[in-house]
Amino acid sequence: MPSLGADMEAGTLVEWLKGPGDRVKRGDIVAVVETQKGAIEVDIFEEGVIERWLVEPGTTVPVGTPLALIASTQPAPGAKVSTVAAVPAAPTPMAPSSVEQPPRARRARVSPAARRLAAERGASLDRLTGSGPEGAILYSDVERAAAAEPVPRPTVPRRLDLAEMRRAIAAAMARSKREIPHYYLCTAIELTRGLAWLEGTNATRPPAQRLLLAALLLKAVARALGEAPEFNGFFTAHGFQPGAGIHVGTAIAIRGGGLVAPAIRDADKLSLDDLMAQLRDLVARARSGALRSSEMSDPTITVTNLGERSVETVFGVIYPPQVALIGFGMPVERPWTAGGQVVARRVISATLAADHRASDGHRGALFLADIDRRLQSPEKL
Amino acid sequence: MTCKDLTAALIDELGRIAPETDASRLDPNAELREELDIDSMDFLNLVTALSERLKIDIPETDYSKLATFSHAVDYLVLRLGVAV
Repeated sequence: MPSLGADMEAGTLVEWLKGPGDRVKRGDIVAVVETQKGAIEVDIFEEGVIERWLVEPGTTVPVGTPLALIASTQPAPGAKVSTVAAVPAAPTPMAPSSVEQPPRARRARVSPAARRLAAERGASLDRLTGSGPEGAILYSDVERAAAAEPVPRPTVPRRLDLAEMRRAIAAAMARSKREIPHYYLCTAIELTRGLAWLEGTNATRPPAQRLLLAALLLKAVARALGEAPEFNGFFTAHGFQPGAGIHVGTAIAIRGGGLVAPAIRDADKLSLDDLMAQLRDLVARARSGALRSSEMSDPTITVTNLGERSVETVFGVIYPPQVALIGFGMPVERPWTAGGQVVARRVISATLAADHRASDGHRGALFLADIDRRLQSPEKL
Repeated sequence: MTCKDLTAALIDELGRIAPETDASRLDPNAELREELDIDSMDFLNLVTALSERLKIDIPETDYSKLATFSHAVDYLVLRLGVAV
């Protein structure tokens, strides 16, 4: 059972999306679990063949409990069987999740006709037991299996339990305020160039391809983090651990209350269009309750954009074990001085809430200034 | 397409974005963003859905004309050249 945040203690397995014998690779979605943050799709970090399930649907198990056995297909001495979903919330050493097993001597013999039929029907040969010589799979075996194939499972209704989500937020935020010595910085960033560029770009595009200001802000933060690694990562028992990539958690409000902050992975490397497409997809899935486990456990920093709700400035609470949170307010028109003149300019407030155990205000100030600088050249983002 | 169809299409798309919307209790003159708790992503999705469904372009500079339900209906009527 993957940990989807510092506050998560247990999860309930809702359904398996793959069966024993199925080949899986990194990124495949293998199961759905119900957590305080709603139904989450569990994606996998291993490559191999599913041996068997260890947990039945409907069972609630503590974080770290092995969910399935996966036989590695990597040519390793003594094939390894690893457990699914021992995804750490932080780069702490993986829970003991691997056990040694003798390699499986498994190369099913299949008659050509059976193979063709299986391909036609989209049936998996891995799961079949052959009735032919030496267990070879015959045409009739595939036919029988195809006939016996269960009708597709009805999709399990996914729900967001807002009371549960509130408890999860309470636990995480209480821990944050108890353990993290926050410091806060705030600056006003002029957005004239950024907004003009955005308006110019969107004017030539149909709605489906338009960008939101949020995409620009997320990208500027992600790029600036490349120069400010002490804000990107986790604070663990071993002190600050820099993140392996820049995975920006994006605070998404859930209708009716609550919020989640799933990650846009490697946001610094995505083009603005790709980042926007991912943001769109993430918001839709966050609200329908179909996030993936890696998206919940990956964020190395969080960005919140409460300016949407007409506040000028937001001072964030860090989501442990992360060490920083950037908050953007609402873009507003304000008197601004430029070349000795007072002019009306559109301005956005950017705040940094950071963990004093991992960084100091001086570095924080440089980080915010770098975000500002990058937003002045939106075409380079 | 009539004005009534347009209104129905708008209610339908708003319902997709804000499923708890009760069309009968919607104040036609209230700001949609506040009335239905719509953020900029929701609004972009609404504009995308309406432009695809009604086969019209809705430029970003026109977004302010869709601020309330009644303004949005007026705008779509004008845009589609529907007789009221």
